[in-house]
Amino acid sequence: MLTIKNLQAQIDGEKQILKGLNLVVKPGEVHAIMGPNGAGKSTLASVLAGRKDYEVTGGSVDFLGKDLLEMSPEDRAREGVFLAFQYPIEIPGVSTINFMKTALNEVRKYRGLEPMDAPAFLRMMKEKMELVEIDQSLLKRSLNEGFSGGEKKRNEIFQMAMLEPKLAILDETDSGLDIDALRIVANGVNKLKNKDNAVIVVTHYQRLLDYIVPDFVHVLYNGKIVKTGTKDLALELEEKGYDWIKAENSVA
Amino acid sequence: MSILQNKLSEDFKIAETNRINGSDTLMYSKQKEAFLNFEKTGFPTTKNEEWKYTNLASLLKEDFNISPSVTLTKKDIEGFLYPLEANTIVLINGIYSKELSSILSPTTELEIKELKHVDKSITEKYFARKTYSSNDGLSLINTAFSENGLFINVLKNSVLKYPVILYNFTDSRQGNILSQPRNLIVAEENSQAAIIESFHTIGSNTGFTNIITELVLKLNATVDYYKIQDDTDTSYHVGSTEILHEAKSTSSSTTITIGGAIVRNNLNITLDAEYCEAYMNGLYLLKGNQHVDNHTIADHAKANCYSNELYKGIMDDKSTGVFNGKIFVKPDAQKTNAFQSNKNVLLSKEASVNTKPQLEIFADDVKCSHGATIGQLDEEALFYLRSRGIGETQAKRLLLHAFANDVLERIKIEPLRDLLLAKIEERLK
Repeated sequence: MLTIKNLQAQIDGEKQILKGLNLVVKPGEVHAIMGPNGAGKSTLASVLAGRKDYEVTGGSVDFLGKDLLEMSPEDRAREGVFLAFQYPIEIPGVSTINFMKTALNEVRKYRGLEPMDAPAFLRMMKEKMELVEIDQSLLKRSLNEGFSGGEKKRNEIFQMAMLEPKLAILDETDSGLDIDALRIVANGVNKLKNKDNAVIVVTHYQRLLDYIVPDFVHVLYNGKIVKTGTKDLALELEEKGYDWIKAENSVA
Repeated sequence: MSILQNKLSEDFKIAETNRINGSDTLMYSKQKEAFLNFEKTGFPTTKNEEWKYTNLASLLKEDFNISPSVTLTKKDIEGFLYPLEANTIVLINGIYSKELSSILSPTTELEIKELKHVDKSITEKYFARKTYSSNDGLSLINTAFSENGLFINVLKNSVLKYPVILYNFTDSRQGNILSQPRNLIVAEENSQAAIIESFHTIGSNTGFTNIITELVLKLNATVDYYKIQDDTDTSYHVGSTEILHEAKSTSSSTTITIGGAIVRNNLNITLDAEYCEAYMNGLYLLKGNQHVDNHTIADHAKANCYSNELYKGIMDDKSTGVFNGKIFVKPDAQKTNAFQSNKNVLLSKEASVNTKPQLEIFADDVKCSHGATIGQLDEEALFYLRSRGIGETQAKRLLLHAFANDVLERIKIEPLRDLLLAKIEERLK
């Protein structure tokens, strides 16, 4: 589904953050990307979603046979990539409902489908709302405006549920969540999982991985994936921290 | 002295010699006084602090026809009329056209007549009041030529079912036109009304509208006032809306500016008695070389009043916006609540805006706040929308629409709001 080869990227045209990253994600898989602060985790998520501030200086990203890096952010979304933001943006004056209706219909248009009619949209919304345990009153309000941290993250997962992406990238979705919110968010993600889609969980801590169990755990350090293992690797990192990774790699 | 200034002086003097019964009426004495002051001050220039950012020099150099009486037909104007049931008042080049106007409200609720036929007691108290703009050259010249002014009276205890719409047409088909509408609107005790002013230039020569509308709200009156400016790019507009609040009255004013080459709006609100409320809303949506300047004043003269102002602007291309919002809280105006906000979005590198909030507070037990912002469309917000599959153009439109909607949703007349929404949607395309 996703093949990243030797990806290199920098921010603001100077600071090299990704220094040759390789990753292969197949349908049905859950990958966790862990690493210390500043390793390049969020940069990877941003580069995949097409954030402007990052410049790709080398390597390639193939998504379902297409060159992902050539696409605009909206086309990536329309092709089935979804980024759950670490810090979801507050947009006054645009309700989540209106936003999702616009987004869904733009995605459908891209795929040559008719716009969804109002009853079908409402039905779908209701179903997905239950999935992520989010209240309708919240969705009628301005997008994320005045939402708590937990509400914002749940709204991200709600949007993910609505758009049914093939590849979801969760960028530090666990940050700022208490244990109940974490469970709700993780449940939502698990219910949306199937054999045809894939999830990349970007996280600093192991605790989210108690709920969203990864098939692979990668350690990102200094712009590269330096270690890959199973969920046991995450537990090891939780126990030992990242210093041994740093030590190993400074020797090498 | 410019051609226009010369012409105005000559015209005034000719009219004076033609006057029957001499110069003894009260209204005339106010006109004469204004004229003499105009002779001294002349037109405003950018040296005047209040006109620092709005330069009328090249406009005022042009030659204008200043006493144009023309007739338009129903057919000429019908395309401009709003699709809502209303008391329709049509003015052509500043002159009331009775034939084209139609009043739905009964005469027991709404009275319309020429200003010169109004009872002296009203003229004395409410016509050409001294305000922060009344000594401006253009205000003076409007007052001097207010001969054809209109008086609109919403009678005591009347709640008008239909809004009053003043359609101001400038017919510049034959040449440059200066039109100077002048209105005095008095909402009597316990009355409620909506007043809409709208401006339309027909013809491709320069149409220059120099208007003053004085609005008086008596005890417990409520007036929603709208100024809709969607005029052509050969139209120029300078206007003052002077609102006087008597006790327990509530006004809202909403100024929506989409069209016009140069537009200057003065909105002066005097809260002259206790327990009044004034809401001031504005939206300017500019492109090309448009220049729009909103000067507003909330003058809290007495205690326990509330004012709330929200002006928003979107500037594209090489357009320029100006916002100057003053709040005065006089020594007597304890327990004042006054809020002001001006927010601007610049869509191009060459667009600009000057915003200046000014608070002068002479009382100690008050709550006042103001804020002004100038920015671009939020890149993060744009990326967020796009990352969900919404195209860039559509995402921009969504954000601008949300930005403008803050003001639009304050429009209480639904068909008017829908109409303006559609116009703005069209503009954002």
